[in-house]
Formats: sequence, structure tokens, C-alpha cells
Amino acid sequence: MNSQRYECDVLIVGAGPAGLAAAYRVFESGREATVVDDNPHAGGQIWRGEKEKSASTSARAWFERIRNSKIRFINGARVFQQPHERVLLAELDTEFCELTYEKLILATGARERFLPFPGWTLPNVMGAGGLQALVKTGLSIKGKRVVVAGSGPLLLAVADNLKRKGAAILAIAEQAPRGSLMRFGFGLISQSGKASQAYDLKRRLRGVKYLTGCWPVAAHGTDKLERITLRQNSRDWDIECDYLAYGFHLVPNLELAELLGCKIDRGAVSVNEFQQTSMANVYCAGEATGIGGLELSLVEGEIAGLAAAGQTARARGLFGFRDKQRKFASLLNRTFELRSELRQLPRADTIVCRCEDVEFERLRQSGSWREAKLHSRCGMGPCQGRICGSAVEFLFGWKVESVRPPVFPVRVGSIAGDSPKSNVQSPKS
Amino acid sequence: MSFPTFDVVIVGAGIVGSACAAECVRAGLKTAIVEAKIIGGGATAAGMGHLVVMDDSEAQFALTSYSCKLWSELKEELPQEIEYEACGTIWVAADDEEMAEVRRKEEYYRERGVLVQVLDNKALAEAEPNLRPGLVGGLRVPNDSVIYPPSAAKFFVNRAVSGGATLIVGKKVSDIKKGGLHLGDGTFISAGFVVNAAGSWSPLLTSGSDVKKRKGHLLITDRYPGFVKHQLVELGYLKSAHSVTDDSVAFNIQPRKTGQMLIGSSRQYGVDSTQIDTPILKRMLNRAIEYMPALATLSSIRTWTGFRAATPDKLPLIGPDASNPHLYLATGHEGLGITTSVGTAKLLVDQIVGRQSAIPIEPYLPARVTELSHA
Amino acid sequence: MPEEVVVVVDGVLVTMPAGSMVSAAIMNAGISSFRKSVMGQARGPLCGMGICFECRVTIDLQSHCRSCQTVCQNGMDIRTCE
Repeated sequence: MNSQRYECDVLIVGAGPAGLAAAYRVFESGREATVVDDNPHAGGQIWRGEKEKSASTSARAWFERIRNSKIRFINGARVFQQPHERVLLAELDTEFCELTYEKLILATGARERFLPFPGWTLPNVMGAGGLQALVKTGLSIKGKRVVVAGSGPLLLAVADNLKRKGAAILAIAEQAPRGSLMRFGFGLISQSGKASQAYDLKRRLRGVKYLTGCWPVAAHGTDKLERITLRQNSRDWDIECDYLAYGFHLVPNLELAELLGCKIDRGAVSVNEFQQTSMANVYCAGEATGIGGLELSLVEGEIAGLAAAGQTARARGLFGFRDKQRKFASLLNRTFELRSELRQLPRADTIVCRCEDVEFERLRQSGSWREAKLHSRCGMGPCQGRICGSAVEFLFGWKVESVRPPVFPVRVGSIAGDSPKSNVQSPKS
Repeated sequence: MSFPTFDVVIVGAGIVGSACAAECVRAGLKTAIVEAKIIGGGATAAGMGHLVVMDDSEAQFALTSYSCKLWSELKEELPQEIEYEACGTIWVAADDEEMAEVRRKEEYYRERGVLVQVLDNKALAEAEPNLRPGLVGGLRVPNDSVIYPPSAAKFFVNRAVSGGATLIVGKKVSDIKKGGLHLGDGTFISAGFVVNAAGSWSPLLTSGSDVKKRKGHLLITDRYPGFVKHQLVELGYLKSAHSVTDDSVAFNIQPRKTGQMLIGSSRQYGVDSTQIDTPILKRMLNRAIEYMPALATLSSIRTWTGFRAATPDKLPLIGPDASNPHLYLATGHEGLGITTSVGTAKLLVDQIVGRQSAIPIEPYLPARVTELSHA
Repeated sequence: MPEEVVVVVDGVLVTMPAGSMVSAAIMNAGISSFRKSVMGQARGPLCGMGICFECRVTIDLQSHCRSCQTVCQNGMDIRTCE
């Protein structure tokens, strides 16, 4: 297995908005920035595909800055282990690399929270961000009937994107009650940029049914999704559709921070005012420090980049803007809090761990995440508990813990390190 | 919390403690079992569930073959979660010296009625195409099997409880006294006999039991059904298991019923941390890749560590403590705890109730250890 | 840089814009079942971002490839439900 060694000054993990903002500020401060990311192109989730042709002015501006900066990008690389302090290992398609750093900025972002309900494992039931990602990477959605459901402002952004690509959005089902959403709407008024964004979005989605206090309770179909059942005010009804794009808000990606020993508080990486974690030389910015939206991610990235580059005065200059964004983040998270009825969605035979096909009933018999893993194999599959872990945290209140390397599945050869020269053969069965 | 007086209270619901509990109940003893954390959560969860006949010594052979026979008698009753699979073992010989060992083992097992088959390099390659070319041969032991140990511990505990045993989970034992033991919260559980089956924690409760922790690493891959069909162990394994001071690794791979593979093994003395030891892990994996080059390309999902409970003579402690005849030990099984759990349970209960054992018990009596030391 | 690439999905040629992911190619080919779960259920992509592992297929004889993170290359041989 080939290996490369990169000596980095400031290493940034994650090429989403927070990572890019950090990288830019590092470069602009005269330091060297290296960005490592699993995806083939920069942008993370929210700016996936925006590098070439961007729909948003903000993305365009940032990509322009990045293009005019000298930043080293290592794409298609999954960080999986920390063999020693100040060293990370990452795996690429045909090799692995060793990254040494002076300062590290974690911008690992967030993932969608999927709550299990009967039929959720049917093909064509996908994440909201998931379906959007697929469409951005080539899936033809023209003329397809889509129901968007779950919780969070992402649902609207996704519906908007899909509609523009020709999908027929049959409904958007938001579990938050109407009252919360109205208060959210009023709250946006104090955040001028966001209010106009929201208004634009609403305008583009005029004509699309937006149902509040509404959530999916079942998906039906033989080999793939054919229709879903929605519930609102105790009334259930079915909608025939081709795709269900659903997700219940976001959860931070904490695995790498945990592996490095960073303190985690209330499900997010703990940082000080300069975005420093509890581990020396390690910073964290963006959704991993707490879900808060694009603008908060950007300013946190900038602060982390400036602080890592030693520009503390300039970093301080952004604190005010960050505070404002944090207020929005609180409003966001309060509004889209998940209601308790969602804990009643799974039936006894509903699969909770998709990797190992573990049903809800088996998990109910366990007392903790660790016990569930041992006796039902829940969380022991390739997703390493990322999907089912977020679900059981909500369903049972279990604390999902114990992170060991590799924090991402990688080839045995990558963990083995510099393995003997011998040519690698394909497995024989 | 108050309890009646038990005939036996067992400390630890790992596979050994659980098997003992089930056997105690079967023998009509009023039984309690105390587990501090999770049933089958210690070495039982960390190790490979290999049911194997071993020939390191007559005593080891006697206990492992007796236990394998018991497992075989049990197999029809084992639920699906235990993933019992009679895949067999192949001891792999990489050179002529190891091949000579193959022939010695063959004779040894044949004399004792264990079914074995010598494989030359061609037969070895046919049996396991993913082994590297150039190996000399091996010894196939078709009746060895593999299981998923935490489920087996659960199975034995459930058996014990259905038979009337009292299960106490989530309480630590703070000390063992004559006539019973104290839980961490002060509750006294009174029992005619106490069994220390606490694995690598047993020295905390019974001083002088000379059980030491021996750390191991394992890795599990994603599913690759058919990549390896038998449990494969290099013959150098024995060289590593023999050393009592050095860190060592040896090639050891197990196919699970799921199609995933468990890759081991490593041994370290005097290490307390549960953290992955990167240099040892790398050595272990590189050793495995030497034997099966295509392993390097397979996806690995998790790595973890665990602590075996090791004794100076590599035999477990099964029987009364030298200083307290009401305290029994069922610990020190090193890497053979899964296999010998069922044999241990029988020998333990034989001694408690005073019945004849199927094999001689002297080699496993704790009293012998006071004469030995860890070299 | 070519504007389009052609890949083979379960024996069928599929033309995709350059830079597309294999998952999109499979779905455009009308296939929604990418793999079979442990209990034999049909499964397709869920997260779209490379962490759920439900989109795994065999690409050029290599199994367990996350199709949502693999860019289509000309002539790629993609097999579902292997």
C-alpha cells in the first residue's frame, strides 16, 4: 500500500463552509493551510456542487476567495486515526497518508438525524440532504413525485432545490407545531439577511403544501417506496410518491474530536471564545460545535482560522457577529425541537440498526448502548453507529460513546501502515 | 435489598461465571450471580469465540477436549444468536520446522481420538485460497468450532435464572468474606460457597491468586463471505503464548457466520490501559497480511482491546482457594476461557457437591499455584 | 475534460454528466435496490454523504464501495446486490 506524508502548518479537517472560511483566513494571515475532506470536491454538504456553478452569492464569494488563495486541498481522504500527537492518518482510494500539523482545525460538520418508522428502510426513502446530494451529483429528478418530511429549515431548502430541478413536491411535512414556526418567523426579522432569504424561499415554494405539526408514520411498497402515510392532528392519510426525502434536523459529527480527546458537552464539541477545544493545538468550528446554520459556521471558521494563525485581535473583531449568529442558532434549535410522539413511531419489528438489521424490540430489552451493541450487534456495522446511534439517543436517551480507531472504516492495509512491498491481490472466494 | 442465604454466589457473569451458574442450578444448588456491569462484557466480549482442542500439555488437552465434547452435546440447544459454526481449525505451517510440529500434533491427537487431517501445500491452498503461496502445509481439525461469546454468556445466565437463580446486575462486589460477600452498597449476601469468576479482576477480590492481565487486540472486517473458511492459526502462536515477558503477535483469523472476519492476536504483559496500542496493532495486522496478502484490501470496521486472565502455568484455577475452603476460584483461563467455560463449570460443581469428575482435577487446583511464580 | 462519461450498471450502459456519482448512475438506470441487507431486504442510498453505507455496490470487482462517494469514470463496471 502506498503512503504519502504531508507536513502541514495548519491542518483543517472538512471542506464545508467552516473549513473553507478557516483555510482562507489562515492563508490570508500568511500561514500555510491544508484542507482534507472525504468528498471529491470542496463544499461539504450545503455547498455540494456549488464550486463550479453557485446558486448563492455567499458560496460564490467564498469560492472566489478560495480560488485566489494558495491552499492545499487533499480530497477523497478519510481521516481515521491519530497514531501520535500532532499526526493524523487519512485513507484515499489507493493509498493512505500521514498528516503532521502544528495546529488542527476540526470542521467536521453535521449529519442528518434519521428516526426509524415502519418501512423507512425501503429504497427511495432517503435523507432530505441525502436526496439533494444525489440530485446534485447527477440523479434525474424531473417529473418525480417527492414528499419532504421531518424537521428543520433544511427541508425547505431541499424542497426548493428539488423543485428547481423539476421534481413535483407533493408536500413538506414539518413536525414542529405551527406556533413554534410562527415565532421562528418573527425571530428572523431581527436577523435581516435571514428574513429576506426566508421570504425568497417562501415565494419560490408558493403552491407547495407546507404542513406543520405533521410527520411520516409509515412508508409502503414492495421493493421500493410506493406511498407514505402522514399524520397530522391524529389524522392519518396516504400519499403516493416516488421519493421520501426526510430528516429530523442535524447532529454534529463528533467522532474525530472524541478520538482526539476533546471535551464534548451536550452533544457538541466544547470550545472557548477562540474556538479552541480542550486539547492543545486543536480548534473546532462549524456545526460540530453545535448546530447553528451557515453564517455561524462561516464566522466560527474565520475565528478559528485567525486564532490558529495567531491573529487574536482580528479574531476578536468577529465575536460580535458570532454572538448574533448564536442567537439565531438558539432560536433554530428551540423551534425545531423534536416532539415526544416521534419516540412512538417504531413498531416492535421496525429495523433500528440498518447495518445489522436489529429490530426495535431487541433494543428495548437492553439497558444501555454498550449492552445493545454486545447483545444485539446494533452499532457494530460499517456506519459505526452514526445512523442508529443518533436514533437511539433520541428514542432511549442512551449515551452513545466509546470511539476507537478507525473512526471511519478503512482498509486493513491502511491501519497496518507501511506493509511489506508484496503486490496486493484481489480476494478469492 | 435483602437476600436469602444461597448455597453458592458467583462473582462475574462472563462466560465462565455464567456457565458455572447454569451448572450450579442444574445440580440443585440455590444460586446467585453478581455482575458489576454487563453480562459477558469483559474478556468474553473482547476475545475470539474459538472452541478449540489444544495440546500444550496433557492437562490442557484434557480440559479443552472435555469441554469441546460438552459444547458439541449442547449445540442443538444453542439459540441462533450464539452463531455456532463448526468451521474447524487449520494450524498453518510456514516452514519445515512448523511442519514437523504438524506431524507431532497429528500423532498426539490421533492417539487421543481427535479427528485430524494433515494438509500438504497443495491441499492447504485448496482449503484456503487466500493464504499466500509458499506455505508448507497445515493440520486441519474439522470438529473445532466458533461462537459469539456474549450471547453464550447470556444463554447460560438465562438458563440459570429460569432454573431459579438470582441475578444481580450493576452491583460491584467489594469483598469476599467467610460465609458470603459484600456488595459495594454494603449489602451482605450470605452463601455457603463464593465463586470468584471475575476474570482479570479476580486478584482484586482474592489476593494470592496470581492471575495477571494479558492484553490482546482484535480487528473485525466488513462482510466477505467465503474469504476464509476455517479458523486459521499460525504455529508460531504457540511460541508467542509461551513467552511470559515479551509483547508478541501471531496470525490468527476467524470467520464469523456473518461473513465478517476477526483478526488477531496479540499478547502484552503489564499493560493496564485499554487504549489501542498502535505499534502492536500494526505488527499484528502486518503479520496477518503476510499470511493473507489480500486482507490488506478489505474494509475494517472496528478495533478493540481486552484483558485475558493469565496464570504462570497457563492452566486455569478451578477449585477451592488455598486459604479459604468456602471460596472457590474459576478464573485464569487466558485465551481458552470460551472453550473451557463448560468444562470448568462441571469441574467446579463436581468439587462443590462432591461428585466424581470426568477428568483429573489436580492440575487446575488453586493450591498448586503457591508453589509457582510467573517466570 | 469530456462532458459525459459512460458506465456499465448491471450490464446496461448508462451515460452521465462528467463528475456524477455512481449512485446517481444506478438510480438513473432505474435501479433502486443497491444491496441486500443482512436479512435479505432491498436497500438503497439513505444519507447521500458517505456515512450510512447503504449505497454499497461492487465497482470493478471491488466490493463494499460507497457509490455516493465514487465519481463515475468511463467504462466503470458497477454491480448491485452482489
